[in-house]
Amino acid sequence: MRSRLQPLTSTGIVVAVLVLSLVVGAILTAVEGRNFLSSGNIDAVLTGCSILGLIAIGQTLVILVGSLDLSVPFVVSLTSVVAAGQMAGEPANVVPAVLLALGIAAVIGLANGLVVSFLKVHGFIATLGMGLIISGYLGSNYQGSHGLAPRSFRLIDATQIGPVPLTFLIMLGCALLAIVMLRRTRLGHHLYAVGGSPEVARLSGIRTSVPVIAAHVLCSVLAAVAGLLLLSRLSVGSPTIGSQGDYDLMSIAAVVLGGTLLAGGKGNIVGTLAGVAIFAVLDNVMGVMQVNPFLKDVIRGLVIVAAVAVYAGREIDRRPARFDRPTGLDAVLQETK
Amino acid sequence: MPATSVVLQARGLTKSFVGHTVLEDVDLELRAGEVLGLVGENGAGKSTLMKILAGVHSPDSGTVELNGEAVSFSHPVQAQQAGISTVFQEFNLLPERSVAENIYLGREPRRLGLVDVGQMHRDTEELLTGLGVTGLRPGQRVRSLSVAEQQIVEIAKAVSYDARIISMDEPTAALAEHEVELLYGIIGTLTARGVAILYVSHRLKEIFRLCDTITVLKDGRQVTTQPASSLDDAELVRLMVGRSISSFFPDPVEGTVVGEPALELRDAGNGYVDGVDLTLRAGEVVGIAGLQGSGRTELFEGIFGVRPFTRGTMSIAGTQVRPRSPRAAIRAGLAMVTEDRKATGLALNQTILDNALGVVRAVFPRRTAQARRDVPGLLSSLEVSARATDQEVQFLSGGNQQKVVLARWLTTEPRVVLMDEPTRGIDVGAKHSIYELMRSLAADGVAVLMVSSELPEVIGMSDRILVMRDGRLAGELPAGSSEETVLQLATGVTVAPTTTTPAPTDAPTEEVAR
Amino acid sequence: MSTPVTTSTPAPARTAIPAHQRGLGGRLLAAVLTPGGAVFVLAAVLLVATIQANPNFGDPGVIMLFLGRTAPIAIAAIGQYYVIVSGEFDLSMGAVIGTQVVLAGNMIGEDPDKVVPVTVLMLLVGAAVGFANGVLTTLLKVPSFIVTLGMMLALGGLVSYLTGGAATGNPVDEFREIGRGRFENVPVLEFLPYPLIILVVLAIAATLLMRRPFGRNLLAVGDNPESAERSGTSVWWLKTRAFMISSLAASVSGILLVGYAGVHPSVGDGYEFTAITAVVLGGVLLGGGRGWVLSAAAGAIALELLFTLLTVKEVESTWRDTVQGVIIIVAVAVAARGWQAGRRPRGSARRAPSTRIPTTPTPGTTNGDN
Repeated sequence: MRSRLQPLTSTGIVVAVLVLSLVVGAILTAVEGRNFLSSGNIDAVLTGCSILGLIAIGQTLVILVGSLDLSVPFVVSLTSVVAAGQMAGEPANVVPAVLLALGIAAVIGLANGLVVSFLKVHGFIATLGMGLIISGYLGSNYQGSHGLAPRSFRLIDATQIGPVPLTFLIMLGCALLAIVMLRRTRLGHHLYAVGGSPEVARLSGIRTSVPVIAAHVLCSVLAAVAGLLLLSRLSVGSPTIGSQGDYDLMSIAAVVLGGTLLAGGKGNIVGTLAGVAIFAVLDNVMGVMQVNPFLKDVIRGLVIVAAVAVYAGREIDRRPARFDRPTGLDAVLQETK
Repeated sequence: MPATSVVLQARGLTKSFVGHTVLEDVDLELRAGEVLGLVGENGAGKSTLMKILAGVHSPDSGTVELNGEAVSFSHPVQAQQAGISTVFQEFNLLPERSVAENIYLGREPRRLGLVDVGQMHRDTEELLTGLGVTGLRPGQRVRSLSVAEQQIVEIAKAVSYDARIISMDEPTAALAEHEVELLYGIIGTLTARGVAILYVSHRLKEIFRLCDTITVLKDGRQVTTQPASSLDDAELVRLMVGRSISSFFPDPVEGTVVGEPALELRDAGNGYVDGVDLTLRAGEVVGIAGLQGSGRTELFEGIFGVRPFTRGTMSIAGTQVRPRSPRAAIRAGLAMVTEDRKATGLALNQTILDNALGVVRAVFPRRTAQARRDVPGLLSSLEVSARATDQEVQFLSGGNQQKVVLARWLTTEPRVVLMDEPTRGIDVGAKHSIYELMRSLAADGVAVLMVSSELPEVIGMSDRILVMRDGRLAGELPAGSSEETVLQLATGVTVAPTTTTPAPTDAPTEEVAR
Repeated sequence: MSTPVTTSTPAPARTAIPAHQRGLGGRLLAAVLTPGGAVFVLAAVLLVATIQANPNFGDPGVIMLFLGRTAPIAIAAIGQYYVIVSGEFDLSMGAVIGTQVVLAGNMIGEDPDKVVPVTVLMLLVGAAVGFANGVLTTLLKVPSFIVTLGMMLALGGLVSYLTGGAATGNPVDEFREIGRGRFENVPVLEFLPYPLIILVVLAIAATLLMRRPFGRNLLAVGDNPESAERSGTSVWWLKTRAFMISSLAASVSGILLVGYAGVHPSVGDGYEFTAITAVVLGGVLLGGGRGWVLSAAAGAIALELLFTLLTVKEVESTWRDTVQGVIIIVAVAVAARGWQAGRRPRGSARRAPSTRIPTTPTPGTTNGDN
């Protein structure tokens, strides 16, 4: 069992699925007489990844720590309208607007984290409630598009470095930071610990509320970054842009698709990015093949359930047996864990 | 032996829980480089004593001095920082994290503000090498480790706190023979470094092999503390036990008839037990003794379909069955009182009535109405003390909760009742009524198979005693065998004296050759 | 065979344990102190407040109209209750409602003869969706959150695809009558809307069902799945039936909604979250094992009353969401503590020494049967 062979991890499986979907996507695209790897198409796929990617990174942190965040779409909308209103077309206002948006998001995340860790309300309800609260505020104060992003801010979306859009690089940067945070900071290590077992974490002297609050704050801030990028793309703030994208459920789906355990304690950012990319490739290929947009949802739904079913069956308690030799299948599953 | 210094001195430790004294006036002295064995039966107060030292409980009275300074802990982390680490029976590890991450959880080494993973791995490597462990990589996920390896990680974690005192609670309970040697080696390394070890175990062989000094606890009191060299097996067992038990256990009800075989196993086995031959007759109460991890519970789980047997045959009242689920087992006439009533026995937020009807409703819904009429009488004959049957079971005492567990099984009118630690953690009065219940079940022609860690209970209640060791039935002893005999067979210290008498069964009476 | 114990233990005159801890009045009082009972008080208070703000609301006719309008959400809440109390989630409710509405619109059309067969078909479809949710959750061990999310996407997408995302078809008035019809000239009440009658019938049925072995087993599974499994409960089938009930309830809501709203596939959007809110407001514990089915229905009514009150007070309807959000957080924070207070036996301040460590339930993230 302790072979020197590096066992195939969940992330490995996810990446394998991603590669598979890329290959199938390329073939299907080619059948349609188009080039999947054309720079235009790559651009489309990467852009498709950026927004959901940012949100899913934050969602990963929250899920790892054992919570959930359903308030992200509303944070996205709120930051887009608040920043747009603050900018009001003036380049000089960009920095204060961005700071304001990020600050508001941080406060929302803090509130989520406090409710979850101190009022002991499960993340599902705490953030569902928070989402509704923000949604009410948005509905009451903003009708239709609002504010205006100056040209300088709109450039963020328009800029490309080679075939790679700047928004994608921003997302990648955030992903790298999150990876470093998870792997190389105590906060990151404690995040996994609290998600895995709050009791063990407590016995090791960790204050369990800190990672929970930090994860929620980071998740909201990342959602705010996504909102700002959407503002840069659309040039006006929209109070419904977040909910239109179904970012709450889609980000959770991407995280779970990426092999992260919904109950927390296990998973990583790379898997999530692969999950997001699978969705993006799926979307793109279906777009090229002119699949009805509603059918896309059907396929997405099936992919999510099917993928999770593949991982879920393996999370079984395994008291080491004294007498039975593990069967070949068991051994393989053990290895791939 | 070199002159050694006292590192920990405890005096007059007393602790009681809700009026029940579990530890009374116990003194303890740990010396650097020595292993102190702590022995005693279940409920003797060993775990409480360990938990006090670990900072989980604080004593009601008494003092603990560490290197001459009085200390008191309110959190396990404080004890660890003071140099006292504890390896509990249930592992405090994160299965999805690596060995190194588990060991240094909460104390990850940092450089420039970032966790220095390289350093952490080097430290872990060093730590493990220092303990003489090879073949365990710091980056390995804990989930992929065997139980023994996880145990080593726990010990390494304890050592990594620069512990001067490490207490271990039954560290070999879940280990196989060859893995135990590894543990002995580690303990040798630690004592050579001057670490003091507090070692709790039931296995006498281990105690004598490892310990310099032995403290015996009985019923929360200290019986003696002596150098190991001045004791032998028989003497130690005598000190641990030796209380009059005959009066406490009710005799079989007059007119109880041992009848036809109710449950028969032939060469049954699953992943955890092997080659089990067993015949249980109607009207019998048979006890199963064995050490922690000897496969007692797993045998029950095999019979009851939780971890179905993969080999051999099983029959109930002469009919061959092989339950693949508890549901099938219950339909076949089995009942199983599980070891942990809160985790697997009861639905704590539901009422007494709902719990009592739980099994009938799940398996025989048509009999619910009849069972509902029977429950009040059943509960009062079990002497359940409760305000009303609509009270939630979480508010009952342990003894009353256990009686509700029994009630929920008796409503199904089983032929065979499996009882796993039926009196764990309950008061004396409740124990007695459960013993009486077992006798009256037998009188009614029900077959009772009981697993217990408490030897007096096994001996006092059983018509025959089966002893398990390492997943197999090691042998059978007659009613009224001495605790020494049972312990010897369970630990395999010496070959059991041939005191067995032919019982109405063809189960092996001598140890199965391995 | 008689009960073993009673036969061989010569029966000394022991006093039997009474069935109830308190008298009827005391039990009612104790119930009101739990979140599941408090929601009825909340609903009553809201009703009084609404009538005070707008005396017209005290008119029986207006109340009947209100109840008729609230029936679909209350029925959905009853369905969601079964899933939540077993420790799971059903996020596919909205999509099921959309599906049923579209089915009705397209298959019944202008032909009154098709009303009955199509209604039967719709219920079969509902049961099938619930069956799929249940089996995927329990046997494939995919968390119900993900299964029902996938179902929501797949079903919602399919329906929108088939209809092009727009309102299509228009069932005959006979069918629409189920949702908007009423018995006229009822004494005192003035009239009785059909949806209210359906709600009352279903509420009674649901209450009776919860007293049956099925209902009690469901609570036991939500409370402690491990113990239930060991007690011979067929956990997968039990939970699967709960999912089927949930989808069937959503189907009935859909049938009623056809009377009110048009035949648009998005008519059920967000219904799952409203239903969950109502259930939670009714004091039902997320994670399972606690709560009363009628409280879930009362939660729906209280929620709608609150919205009505806000409207009467001329608070913009856009603030409804915010109010709903605050309520849901407060309700859950209070419920976790409130159940302990209300169910504790009289005169005992502390819990028995042997109680389990309080854990934060993580509903829907567990697998079906662990």
